[in-house]
Amino acid sequence: MSPAAAAAAATAPMIDVQDLYKSFNGFPVLKGVSLQMAEGTTTVVLGGSGSGKTVLMKHIMGLFRPDQGRVIVDGQDISTMGRQELSTFRERMGMVFQSAALFDSMTVGDNVAFPLREHGNLSEQEIAEKVKKTLAVVDLHDVEGKYPAELSGGMRKRVGLARAIIRDPKIVLYDEPTTGLDPLTTESVDEMILHARERLKVTSVVISHDIGSAFHIADRIAVINEGRIVEEGAPAHVRKSQEPFTRQFLATWFART
Amino acid sequence: MAEQTDAPSKAPPQWLKPLRAPFEFLGELSMFTGSSILAIFRPPYRVGLLFAQLEFMAWGSMFVVGLTGLFTGMVLALQTVYAFSLFNAQSLAGATVELSLARELAPIFTCIVVVARVGSAVATELGTMRVTEQIDALETMAVDPLNYLVVPRILAAALAAPMLTMLFNAIALFGAYGIAVWAKDLSPGTFLNRIQSLVQVKDLTSGLGKSVVIGFVVTLIACYRGYRAEGGARGVGIATTQAVVGGLVAIFFIDYIYTAISLSGSQQAAGGLGG
Repeated sequence: MSPAAAAAAATAPMIDVQDLYKSFNGFPVLKGVSLQMAEGTTTVVLGGSGSGKTVLMKHIMGLFRPDQGRVIVDGQDISTMGRQELSTFRERMGMVFQSAALFDSMTVGDNVAFPLREHGNLSEQEIAEKVKKTLAVVDLHDVEGKYPAELSGGMRKRVGLARAIIRDPKIVLYDEPTTGLDPLTTESVDEMILHARERLKVTSVVISHDIGSAFHIADRIAVINEGRIVEEGAPAHVRKSQEPFTRQFLATWFART
Repeated sequence: MAEQTDAPSKAPPQWLKPLRAPFEFLGELSMFTGSSILAIFRPPYRVGLLFAQLEFMAWGSMFVVGLTGLFTGMVLALQTVYAFSLFNAQSLAGATVELSLARELAPIFTCIVVVARVGSAVATELGTMRVTEQIDALETMAVDPLNYLVVPRILAAALAAPMLTMLFNAIALFGAYGIAVWAKDLSPGTFLNRIQSLVQVKDLTSGLGKSVVIGFVVTLIACYRGYRAEGGARGVGIATTQAVVGGLVAIFFIDYIYTAISLSGSQQAAGGLGG
């Protein structure tokens, strides 16, 4: 581990992935991933397709169980939790999906209100107020009555974020938030992630292969290749990395700019 | 077989290979069934979603079930009157039609309609939700997808199937009566009288019970196929096809098993599965 990473891990990290292994049908996807993320920071896990970054994120969410290793989130080992315990624990996390994963049979308002209706005991009026407020946090106004299909890709992402943060989670995970978006929308999604960190003080984990966006929003960057973290640190540190894969990966972007 | 050193299970003998896929399917389906049935009893109980599904499955299928029933009854009357006229037993036509309807045709044809209309819709809807990560989203929001998506659908199907079967029965009998009495000049009294004396309540309940079981199972298969869909639009298409084909096979398989069990029971003691 680099000295910078060690310093970050000195205070108890919000997310602590320890020596994680995972195979599917005998094919190893994660081969000993260790990664710490401090509270209130934004970490971008950068890697190509098939590098194992999505599998890593699903472990942090508790959707997969590790073959070996541990995932400690907010001081609790989620890799050994039972389904009920895990279900309760997930209320501390929000996830923004690549496709936004909004329920297309519901309006935007109902989508954002969904976690509250499922878990809280707020009145409908309180829910409506909270939905309005949360949509305002992601700079959306008067869209409650619309259906997801009527929104642009960037707006859908923001509704997805609103749904993820409505119960005030401590951690927000973003799965490839800028994939397939045009440059302007990418910019606005980046701003959304930066705002969410500022306004809500959440710990953010961003899974991405978008190098430009990563250097824009990250406090720390971890580069993952073939199931291993090959480089990890502050953006400036990663930018100057001598590690061969990282250099090659970053060159695809920085060589052109 | 030797190249994957860390494969979790030891390699099975070569001759077992063709059997692997069906066994894996049955194994996964059983596990899915088990956890879905457990999820029925776990709160929250989603009554609103159940009624929404009932509206779609029962109310929405009434027209097509009624139409199928009408023509089935009519054609059955034509065939039966023709066959029985060969040995001058037309008076038995009504009872024969209603016996075959109540015991066999109404539940089976209704369930075929259910597979075509409900099974395909369920598999497509859940499959699309799966590939667009909506099911993952439910999980990350601490909502059990089985409880939220699967339970209302399988329960609604188990309730809707007997209702639709009864509707099928009634309309088919009406169609049969129409053909036998108005087109084939059978006496209405004979037609109805023989039904009353020969068809018993347990014939009806046996058919209804059958439809409960089949409706439940075919919708469960559709849920399973949709739930496990992968790989975009093509994957959803495959899941839907598999749901419909699997559902159709299941109908006839369960029909035989159910009938064999209920008939063997009814000889020893009235009742059994069919009541």
